Amino acid sequence: MIAKLIHELEALLGANAVLSRLEDLLLYEYDGSVEIGRPEVVVFPRTTQEVSKVVRLAKKHGAPIVGRGAGTGLSGGALPRAGGVMVVFARMNRILDVDYENQRAVVQPGVVNTDLTRAVEHAGLYYAPDPSSQKACTIGGNVSENSGGPHTLAYGVTANHVTGLEVVLTDGEIVRVGGMTSDALGYDLCGLLVGSEGTMVLVTEISVKLSRKAEAVKTLLAVFESVAEATDAVVDITARAIIPAACEMMDGWTLARIEDYLQAGFPRDCGAILLIEVEGLAEAAAEQAQAVTEVCRAHGAREVRVARNARESEDLWRGRKTAFGAMGRLAPSSYVLDGVIPRSKLPLAMRRIEELGRENGFRIGNIFHAGDGNLHPLILFDPRDGDQFERAVRTAGDILRYCVELGGTLTGEHGVGMEKNELMSLVYSPADLELMGRVRDAFNPEGTLNPGKIFPTGKGCGEIRIKGKLEKQAASMESGHGEGAASR
Amino acid sequence: MTTNLSSALMARLEALAGAANIVFHPDKLQLYAVDAIVPGAAVRPESAGQAAEIVRFAAAEKLAVIPVGGCSKLGLGQPPERYDVALDLTRLDQIAHYDPGDLTLSVDAGMGVARLAELLAGHNQFVPLEAPWWERATVGGTVASGVDSPLRQFYGTTRDFIIGAEFVTAAGAQAKSGGRVVKNVTGYDLHKLAVGSLGTLVALTRVNFRTFPLPQSRRAFLASFAQAGGAIDLRKRIAASPLTPASLEIISPEAARRISAPDAPMDGGLWHVLAGFEGTETVVARYQRDLARLAEAAGAAEGRVLDDAGWPVLRARLREAIPLLLAASPAAAVCKVSVLPGKFAEIFGTLRVAAAKMSLESAILARGGGTVYFALLPERADEEALARLAQAAETVFEIAAAAGGHATIPWCPLALKKKVSVWGPARAELALMRRVKNAFDPAGLFAPGRFAGGL
Repeated sequence: MIAKLIHELEALLGANAVLSRLEDLLLYEYDGSVEIGRPEVVVFPRTTQEVSKVVRLAKKHGAPIVGRGAGTGLSGGALPRAGGVMVVFARMNRILDVDYENQRAVVQPGVVNTDLTRAVEHAGLYYAPDPSSQKACTIGGNVSENSGGPHTLAYGVTANHVTGLEVVLTDGEIVRVGGMTSDALGYDLCGLLVGSEGTMVLVTEISVKLSRKAEAVKTLLAVFESVAEATDAVVDITARAIIPAACEMMDGWTLARIEDYLQAGFPRDCGAILLIEVEGLAEAAAEQAQAVTEVCRAHGAREVRVARNARESEDLWRGRKTAFGAMGRLAPSSYVLDGVIPRSKLPLAMRRIEELGRENGFRIGNIFHAGDGNLHPLILFDPRDGDQFERAVRTAGDILRYCVELGGTLTGEHGVGMEKNELMSLVYSPADLELMGRVRDAFNPEGTLNPGKIFPTGKGCGEIRIKGKLEKQAASMESGHGEGAASR
Repeated sequence: MTTNLSSALMARLEALAGAANIVFHPDKLQLYAVDAIVPGAAVRPESAGQAAEIVRFAAAEKLAVIPVGGCSKLGLGQPPERYDVALDLTRLDQIAHYDPGDLTLSVDAGMGVARLAELLAGHNQFVPLEAPWWERATVGGTVASGVDSPLRQFYGTTRDFIIGAEFVTAAGAQAKSGGRVVKNVTGYDLHKLAVGSLGTLVALTRVNFRTFPLPQSRRAFLASFAQAGGAIDLRKRIAASPLTPASLEIISPEAARRISAPDAPMDGGLWHVLAGFEGTETVVARYQRDLARLAEAAGAAEGRVLDDAGWPVLRARLREAIPLLLAASPAAAVCKVSVLPGKFAEIFGTLRVAAAKMSLESAILARGGGTVYFALLPERADEEALARLAQAAETVFEIAAAAGGHATIPWCPLALKKKVSVWGPARAELALMRRVKNAFDPAGLFAPGRFAGGL
């Protein structure tokens, strides 16, 4: 069956747009997550029409389909769980239209996130959602996952910036939803489809809003003796009617490891730092920077550095942006979580994460979006040590359970995918999931599009799935073919 | 229109809800009428659980239900095909969860928006939902009606700050989506579908919002122009500047006459740009300076700052712009035309011509982001005037489509709905919306026929 499908796909797209040899497919069995899943054939369509035809062919052969941008996702959203066809949007990477006056752009899904900003920044505009992988990840992937980023605190996530989509349905039909304005005519299908993790439609064109660059930006780094002081400062900043553009926290231990790596002059002996960015009119940025400085000092900050120019600001951000890479050096493997909690619970959550780490024998790094309570605890471990591995999985599950207990949730920006789907019942009742399932089935009636994602399969045991890739990684380490840490 | 609610069913419904929580008297039921269709009963459940029970009963008996709050916007949409029970959710009126430090809120759907604003103001916070019919509107009704507010210029519409919801499904189950945190990609955002759904998918029982800190100071700048062109030019200059006003409207002379207040007058012979802005004293001073400069460059006849005395008054009038426009004519129709703001110059002209051709007075209130409320104001409500209104409405749909946008008629006389679908011409998206409706409500229990495409 699959051989015939491959043959037909080659006839449709040309041989150079279809991969089916094992050594080629191996490159596509990974994404940024700790999962693996190998497609049977990978295709690179160039147009919406081609996508539609690929979908029709797959349907004819009963093959499942998964869409993929750059494969930087962290929850296995772009990996197949049941083989079949992988549709890679790398060749649909054109910016189709930019409307400077109205601050809009229309892009193909394969456009890399920062490439859009690069194309419009000469006019003082930019595309606001800024996931950490923005130099590689695609806007199509961002749409599927409803990606966030440090600056979404003030400017919102992908869903707040997408006004319209062109999509291919599971029967190959091409439909437009939404438009150039954010007023939906009828149900807000665009709002539903952004973040549906590729389980309802394939997105082939995206209409987005562009934002105007702020007149002034101030970047501050505040150094605290404890995580508790830093979290109190975060809550207090809001009480002063300030919504920073970004508000990131790192614990002191993590910062020291970053300093080992970067040697950029970060303190090695503090409890936590806050990296805060305020922006807007020059007057607003100056006043807010002053107010933030005061708040941080009032909460015991021993030092507040304010970047004097863009270069210094970049230096302050470098620590944050290279953090996961720096941490990756410390252990053969690492696993990053994406739990969310109400912000006022930050001190509680930090304490519990530390405890859970200690009980299970891990140092857990914390590098996260404090402003919106989106935690990224990073567990460092050695996958070759079976016992350690089990403990890492258990610890991760316990942390996410605790996030939910605190009134939070499983994932703030990485997606559920095939990583946390067995945990969904922690957040949602059978009635919630049944309704969500009906909505998925309304778009994906035969379950051929990205099967095995988001919803509990009933086969797992209520745990995070981080097994596949790690086992493989461990095996290859044993055999001397290290694949490096699964760092982000 | 007769109701399927027989006296036997009424008795069972009463037993279910309790006699104190049910309305049968025809006079009292008038409040719940939708497009002149009066339900057989209105039930006021005291809990979400009881609301679910009532929906289960209705589902079993094949009764049509419309969830309602303050009943201020029941005229939206097409007339329902059937309407047996009004599910009045105003007794669900508590804050379920609010820790101001979280900047999130979970509130029962039946709480009034004005009451909510008061409670939040006590903590120096607000939800940017300055909805019309402020004194009557509930949170759930405001979300389900999909109305926007002047604050959308900066804060967006409900879809941008709703972070979760709890609701009763058409099967009578209690379900939810989203949560109480701002950043959340766990599961599908079903709550976004509820925004503007007119109660055709679920009955909202609780809504979670992101909240925002109240600014230190709120003021506005009002610039007036002899011609629309100057006002359009000023909007464009503001959009290209570093300023990010909280609200930004272009108001035609006819609209200015209705929105103007004695304490905050607008010249009814001129076009206006009204920009609300907020922040500290230093920041609002900068806005005042820059807006005055931009207004002058755009050739404004006059520009003035509305301070703490004038702006709250005009702001409340602006919030109520739609009811004020509706009151201006016995058969007013307010169209919502969504285009990119770059099309303003083109469509302001064509819209006004379309009205004039039918000898109708018209008024424009355009939000800076591209949403244009275009009111058609016939002087009479007779058959002849309605025929002209219908023709003008059809032209509005064409104008919107030609400008790359779309239009609906959220508010108009019932008689017009019999001539023109208020949802405008059918679009390809409708087939997908039908699938969504079938997933939520396959039997057509919730407000059947009221939504786009007869959903």
